[in-house]
Amino acid sequence: MRNAPVPEAPTPRTLPGVPARRGLGVYIFRSRKAIIGLGLLVLVVGLAALASVIAPYPATEMHPLDRFAPPGIRYLFGTDFYGRDLFSRVLFGFRTSLLVAGFSVVFAMALGTVIGVIAGYSGGTTDTAIMRAMDIVFAFPVLLLAITIVVILGPGVLTTVLAIGIVYVPIFARIARGPTLVVREQAYVEAARALGQRAWRIVARHVLPNVSTPIFVQATINLATAILFESALSFLGLGTQPPYPSLGLMVSEGRNYLELSPWPTVFPGMAIVAAVLSFNLIGDALQEILDPRLRPTWTGS
Amino acid sequence: MQRYIAQRLLLLIPVMLVISAIVFSLMHLIPGDPAQVLLGFENTDPAQLEAVRRDLGLDRPVYVQYGRWLGKVLRGDLGTSVRTGRPIRILVAEAFPFTLELATYALFLAIVIAIPIGTLAGTTRSRLADGAMQTLTLFGLSLPAFWVGAMLILLFSVELRWFPVLTYPALVEAPLANLRGFFLPALTLAVPNAASIARMVRASMVAVRREEYVKVARAKGLRETVVVRRHMLKNALIPVVTLIGIVTGYLLGGSIVVEQVFAIPGVGRLGLQAIVQRDYPVLQAVVLMVTGLFVLVNLVVDVIYVLLDPRIRYA
Repeated sequence: MRNAPVPEAPTPRTLPGVPARRGLGVYIFRSRKAIIGLGLLVLVVGLAALASVIAPYPATEMHPLDRFAPPGIRYLFGTDFYGRDLFSRVLFGFRTSLLVAGFSVVFAMALGTVIGVIAGYSGGTTDTAIMRAMDIVFAFPVLLLAITIVVILGPGVLTTVLAIGIVYVPIFARIARGPTLVVREQAYVEAARALGQRAWRIVARHVLPNVSTPIFVQATINLATAILFESALSFLGLGTQPPYPSLGLMVSEGRNYLELSPWPTVFPGMAIVAAVLSFNLIGDALQEILDPRLRPTWTGS
Repeated sequence: MQRYIAQRLLLLIPVMLVISAIVFSLMHLIPGDPAQVLLGFENTDPAQLEAVRRDLGLDRPVYVQYGRWLGKVLRGDLGTSVRTGRPIRILVAEAFPFTLELATYALFLAIVIAIPIGTLAGTTRSRLADGAMQTLTLFGLSLPAFWVGAMLILLFSVELRWFPVLTYPALVEAPLANLRGFFLPALTLAVPNAASIARMVRASMVAVRREEYVKVARAKGLRETVVVRRHMLKNALIPVVTLIGIVTGYLLGGSIVVEQVFAIPGVGRLGLQAIVQRDYPVLQAVVLMVTGLFVLVNLVVDVIYVLLDPRIRYA
């Protein structure tokens, strides 16, 4: 105990039905899904982070005498058309996938939350205007919108981050707006306002804690779809550009030589599945913990 | 009811206006002179550039340009391709049936796969079976479509030779060969959508399971299959209908990837080719068409939703 306990009105930090974040950890380690997902994620992130240490060869080093080598001791996953080591390339591909997905989701999460909270907290015309604008973004099929953004900005890693990020902003805005509308009407917010607290302070102390849980769950799910998204854009030649290693690009290249050797197509694809599955498992487990009715939301791509 | 539909139809006008304005801006947002963009970057003849500029009315204010363009689009004139010189209306009309068939076939497969899996997972009392099916659907959501397509080609077309490689005869001329040719692409496109629909069906069944009318049906002594099929599934599928609207968006977007993998000359491939060839009027038309279709499908889904559930009343 720090000081003498002062009787204080309990501040509800979360909405009814949503367990406090402190309790979340306990539930996570009870869920088998979450444990498998976390294990897979640690593996993928570890491989990506230590890619330059673990990779037996540089990602672009060619071995002309070992083209299309099958998986074996010398080349764990085999080699591609140029005799490049697939295992090394997959490791560096993980790095690109995770970085692009991570940055785009953080971008969408930050911008979407700000927009959603402003809309929900202001209410009235501001709210209507903002949410109608978000609806317009929603009116475009996601991949088509992302492709359009790439065409305007020109392909590249930064563009991919922006394209995926912009497409996801309305999702986060909608999720942030909901709890904001509820919190805004609570007595403790009224009290804070009566005390003369500034809007940004009320938002930071009362609104954000209530918004953060659903936002983080959505972020986990969107990390999964963002990896799929990045790989699809790269597959179409509109995402990561060569010589940067990208899993989607590897599948796109390998596909041309399917009859000669399946490995350059098989392994990068399996790597994408592993990364996506890890986030999907964690996201699904989190949803189950937070919503006992197990109401799923759309997570496909 | 009629009022609701009328309202939704009226609302369609501003939505389509804003979308068309955004799509129109696309041409102006692409770096460089729109006339040069239209003409293609290799053509630098100043006389032709000037002609295109005059033709586009680039000397006029932007809203006048937009109005003129919109007027043409509404009359069905989508412009001409700068690469082939052919009317875009015809290019789109040639490509559209492929995409439409692919998306419809995929939606059909997705529903046929998803409903039994979701119903089973939502009604079984075995935690193991439910867990297995949930893992399966989660796995389905984690598969990149282009990779699934490549693997299906490898397995069924290259190794087993069960399905022809990349042949798409017309549906009217050779229906069976057509359905066979489109099976692998449609399956590829169906997989992630089947997974998400199955999850929705499961969740919906779990929710319905606790309803009073289900208890009543059981108490009446109805057989379990009748309870599930007639009382539970019928009600549980109502929220699933809304998902189909969302799924359509993913089918339209996903078909871009699947058409590329399976070399299907649909709208997605037309759009991608336009990007590679910098044929921006074609890209503009494709984006406008596909987005318009998506908005329309969502409208139809919303109306069906209201028709299906008499409890929902929209003012």
